[in-house]
Amino acid sequence: MQTVQTIITDLKDKPGALLPILHAVQNSLGYVPPEIVPTIAKALNLSRAEVHGVISFYHYFRDHAPGKKTVRICRAESCLAMGGKALESQIKTKLGIDYHETTEDGNYSLEAVYCLGNCACSPAIQIDNDVYGRVTAESFNEILTEQSA
Amino acid sequence: MSITVYVPCDSSAVSLGANRVANAITQEAEKRGVEINVVRNGSRGMYWLEPMVEVATDNGRIAYGAVKTGDVASLFDANFLNGGTHALNLGLTEEIPYLKKQQRLTFARVGITDPVSVEDYVAHDGYRGLKNALSYSQAEIVKHVSDSGLRGRGGAAFPTGIKWNTVLNTPSEQKYIICNADEGDSGTFSDRMIMEGDPLVLIEGMTIAGLAVGATQGYIYLRIEYPHALEILNAAIANATAANYLGENIQGSGKTFHLEVRQGAGAYVCGEETALMESLEGKRGLVRFKPPLPAISGLFGKPTVVNNVISLASVPVILDKGGEFYRDFGMGRSRGTLPLQLAGNLKHAGLVELAFGATLREVLYDFGGGSATGKPIRAVQVGGPLGSYLPESQFDTPLDYEAFAAIWAVLGHGGIVAFDETVDMAQMAKYSMEFCVEESCGKCTPCRIGSTRGYEVMDEIVNKRDLDKNIPLLRSLCDTMLNGSLCAMGGMTPYPVLSALNHFPEDFGIKAA
Ligand SMILES: Cc1cc2nc3c(=O)[nH]c(=O)nc-3n(C[C@H](O)[C@H](O)[C@H](O)COP(=O)(O)O)c2cc1C
Ligand code: SF4
Ligand code: FES
Repeated sequence: MQTVQTIITDLKDKPGALLPILHAVQNSLGYVPPEIVPTIAKALNLSRAEVHGVISFYHYFRDHAPGKKTVRICRAESCLAMGGKALESQIKTKLGIDYHETTEDGNYSLEAVYCLGNCACSPAIQIDNDVYGRVTAESFNEILTEQSA
Repeated sequence: MSITVYVPCDSSAVSLGANRVANAITQEAEKRGVEINVVRNGSRGMYWLEPMVEVATDNGRIAYGAVKTGDVASLFDANFLNGGTHALNLGLTEEIPYLKKQQRLTFARVGITDPVSVEDYVAHDGYRGLKNALSYSQAEIVKHVSDSGLRGRGGAAFPTGIKWNTVLNTPSEQKYIICNADEGDSGTFSDRMIMEGDPLVLIEGMTIAGLAVGATQGYIYLRIEYPHALEILNAAIANATAANYLGENIQGSGKTFHLEVRQGAGAYVCGEETALMESLEGKRGLVRFKPPLPAISGLFGKPTVVNNVISLASVPVILDKGGEFYRDFGMGRSRGTLPLQLAGNLKHAGLVELAFGATLREVLYDFGGGSATGKPIRAVQVGGPLGSYLPESQFDTPLDYEAFAAIWAVLGHGGIVAFDETVDMAQMAKYSMEFCVEESCGKCTPCRIGSTRGYEVMDEIVNKRDLDKNIPLLRSLCDTMLNGSLCAMGGMTPYPVLSALNHFPEDFGIKAA
């Protein structure tokens, strides 16, 4: 809560402060806890419904804690042209989860993404901020080893 | 004297291991006691050769690629620091045909300079456009942009000079420049390459835009999927500010321009300029009704220029060399160059900047080298997820806005995604509807309901159920979306869907009309 207060104090006077605040909160906590919505709403003179509406509109913001790392699979055309569909199911099988789920050990969450700008190296995935190109089932195993190190 | 070695920091190069290669080179040099200076440059855009390492020699830069960490020791053994012979030696970078055949204006510096170094930028002709702009009147700056024939590279191809002129002539104590860096179109990455490889050209372009229309504040609206571009942009902005190219009294001119990067949050529709402004204002990304035009009442109700990254990054060369220089490239009403992004199933995917007018076939085969899988290219989607699919019979279409419009297709942001013969075009059409369901802002019914119904109908069609009923139903839904949607999200989803149906009817279980 201390962090959230600091974030709000630092950012609330920016024009259009809500997204920068939500980003800062999610960056430090990993998600935007529903219980802080009233605090944000009050600081920005918005209704809770407005703040909640913004959080739920954007795919990126989430209202519950994710796994330690988030795997994002590109579902868009260039990656589909290079076997992205098969890779998607291989990754789901390997992690044993579907989109918007978290592995039992809490290590990985899985999300879909529409293009990572890595289309010249399709199929592509992202784990937190790290992008990977020309991913195969085998290279995904190596990536997981590297990410767990 | 230490030798300069270039290893790209571009995120696609990094996605193939460029950071590991850079580390391995540094360590190997230390181990061998040789002094080197590693510069993390942008990518030259030849992604099948990434990570591509370059070495500065007396004769020019020599390239090695694609380099893996395991190659590093042997590169040192082969004396690559002096351009030595090695299986990965590609010769002089500038002589590689893929690069040599291009006309790089906007991308002139990408891959050559240290992206965040103002000194390097200036040494490679940077800030010459701004210098000229500072000596012109506002109307003169706008005239150069109008004369250049530059049309928006974000998709709609609207003349940039006309937009700027409207903002210039709308009086207001506060105006804004927004750079649309949402780059949501699949198959596109030119914005990213500029932001990671030559962010200062974008910063210079925005500063010139600010001078032209009288705006002192700029925002770059950057998609969340580009964390690496965020870091580089912020570093470049800090360096430009320290060198007095941003902020107050720029280069002693008395002019002011402030710049801030804001991140999106994973919504394709926020690339639409009015939804983008809603998002910047801290709201849901709902598309606004037009009028009013953003140029008259935009961000926070103030006159606002919204331009794509490539549009803005093309401004410095126009102001440096003059509108006419730029206009002399291209064909018809498509003037200048377009950075094409070759993606999908191509052997040589990458960035190809060319004057308008080359044919799609030339780009696919002379540059792209045909499909990566070696099978025939069957379909090509041009212009992002809302662009039409083109069959082989249309590959001779010149890359020109009007020529594409004439075949019911778009150039958009210049993304080119190739598919080989294994593609199922009905599945692709279904995917387009699904994408529209996912990304619709929900404001208008034709898009919101139309895409949901369209997805259900496509699901029936891929399962070959009731085709006599479902194909006409799909067409009629597309008709409603085309004619009744508020923005191009719903209004253009029929482009990929109907082009797939019309050009590849056999995939939908029907015979050609
Ligand atoms: C659904 C939708 C998504 C869009 N996404 C982008 C985008 O990611 N980047 C962009 O520059 N323009 C995008 N546009 C186009 C913008 O609305 C606008 O035309 C553009 O930013 C204007 O800049 P320009 O004239 O320099 O192209 C999109 C439009 C629509 C309808
Ligand atoms: S067409 Fe779709 S995205 Fe565009 S305004 Fe209508 S509902 Fe929103
Ligand atoms: S389509 Fe997958 S990275 Fe662009």
